[in-house]
Amino acid sequence: MSGILVVAEHRDGELRPITLEVIAAASALKAEKGQTVTVAVIGSNADQIAAAVNVAGVDEIVKVAVSVDNFQSDIYESAVAALIADRSPAVVMLPHSIDSWGYAPVLAVKAGYGCGTDVFALTYDGDDLVATRAAYAEKCHQEIDFPGKDTVIITLRGNTFKPVEEAGSASVSDFSAPGADARTQSQRFIAPEGSGEVDITQAEFMMSVGRGIQEEDNVEMFAELAETIGATLGCSRPVADAGWLPKYRQVGQSGKVVSNCSLYVAMGISGSVQHQAGMKHVENIIAVNTDPEASIFSIAKYGVVADVFDIEEELKSHFE
Amino acid sequence: MKIVVAIKQVAALDEDFEMREDGRGVDPDFFELEINEWDEFSLETALQLKEANEGQVEVVAVTVGDDDAEDVLRAALAKGVDKAIRVWDDEIEGSDASAIARILAKVAEKEGADMVFAGALSSDHSFAQTGVSIAANLDWSHVAVVNGFEYTPGAAQATVRRELEGGVEEEIAVNTPCVLTIQLGINEPRYASLRGIKQAAALPIEELSHADLGLDDDQVGEAGSLSRVRRMFTPEKGRAEMIEGTAAEQAARIAEIIKELRA
Repeated sequence: MSGILVVAEHRDGELRPITLEVIAAASALKAEKGQTVTVAVIGSNADQIAAAVNVAGVDEIVKVAVSVDNFQSDIYESAVAALIADRSPAVVMLPHSIDSWGYAPVLAVKAGYGCGTDVFALTYDGDDLVATRAAYAEKCHQEIDFPGKDTVIITLRGNTFKPVEEAGSASVSDFSAPGADARTQSQRFIAPEGSGEVDITQAEFMMSVGRGIQEEDNVEMFAELAETIGATLGCSRPVADAGWLPKYRQVGQSGKVVSNCSLYVAMGISGSVQHQAGMKHVENIIAVNTDPEASIFSIAKYGVVADVFDIEEELKSHFE
Repeated sequence: MKIVVAIKQVAALDEDFEMREDGRGVDPDFFELEINEWDEFSLETALQLKEANEGQVEVVAVTVGDDDAEDVLRAALAKGVDKAIRVWDDEIEGSDASAIARILAKVAEKEGADMVFAGALSSDHSFAQTGVSIAANLDWSHVAVVNGFEYTPGAAQATVRRELEGGVEEEIAVNTPCVLTIQLGINEPRYASLRGIKQAAALPIEELSHADLGLDDDQVGEAGSLSRVRRMFTPEKGRAEMIEGTAAEQAARIAEIIKELRA
């Protein structure tokens, strides 16, 4: 068993950028053991995607023609299983994305491969592959290994590895996968609701509220505070899920990435990985939280352990 | 029809905690045990289908966990599930998500389930593996990260929505039987009534071992797993510059930083 197999992720004819991060991680692992990196592109029209993954570090690109354009779990599972059987890779690397959640563990369970998900560091200890990931809301890290497993499926956390952008010179070939019985059928994609009154991706200064504001009746006072200090109001997932603020104000993986923001005040947000995905890059983050161990403090520039209501009360007086 | 809902009792950590002596996990003395948040939503999805189709849907809650985990089943009974099953024995200790999924799949088979619901993720270890791994064991169709669900009991397909990155959703028709992993926000989980809680305290919980489900010793625990935790540790993390003082002093400093950066 040798070599690294990466499966490219794409949607609506576009490569998902996280794929280039996975290739970066594969290249780093390749350097450790001198393995080859193969990138599989699965789809009915793989050419364009195949060109997009021809970046530095990739030795081989394999196009797998299947009956669907977009992800379908049974078809992907069957195609990747056939590729693994043919190539016997030591490591199969996928993005830790919603698509992968839907089939990576299935692949591993059916064939008895090792399986590690949401991994952000990967190395060898002798011949043993060791993956590092988080537990308990990022308060702990854990190293996992895969005793006796010749092939291991790994899904990699996004925003961790610097995407490879330099052009490459991989060989390109075709692989014919057996047909699969697709037991789900995509009906349609539904675009997110309009950006509403504001487009938070354009905001330079944001104040977001999380679970810490406790109840819907408190939203108003924080909306007023945001206005007073001149910030665009955002929120974390629980606040949008509860319907206290519209979805278009949600920052995070399933919400928006605030790409133009340079100052972000997080009020009562503990800082889940999903929320961080939308705001971790912001240069100046000020976090207010009652829990001194909240993971938001590990990415914030300034941390304030305090009750958000006390801070709300005091802060507005400086701007009136 | 019968829906099996997999429920996990998860651990949150106290502010201060210590590792176990073997260094492979956190000392359970520092655990705050609670029901996995995602599972509240999958349970609610099942209960709503049961209520909308009176007399046609049976809901069975199952957990794999020690005596403490009985609490999550009592909570499910209080909310109105028809039956609760807890699977545990010493050999199950050390099981990863794939071994837990093997057990849960056996329960689904034993119960003659038509659907299995699980949380998309658990808040403690966050592997996002268990639900679809149940489907792999049963060789059923599956959809992960479901935030919309419509079904008429007995129909050959359900219509679900899958929540993708960036707020995009995909509507999918899924063949039954199926396993769905449920995302936060799909519904508003109910609270149990006081009467429900009182009644649930006296209801029976079926207790099973891996052997009762026809599983061998090497199919559970570390031997039956696809991964093993070899070390758990507290990471060295970046740390914000902490602003100390009274709330008034802290707010004054925050105002200063904002004004400086916005100038």
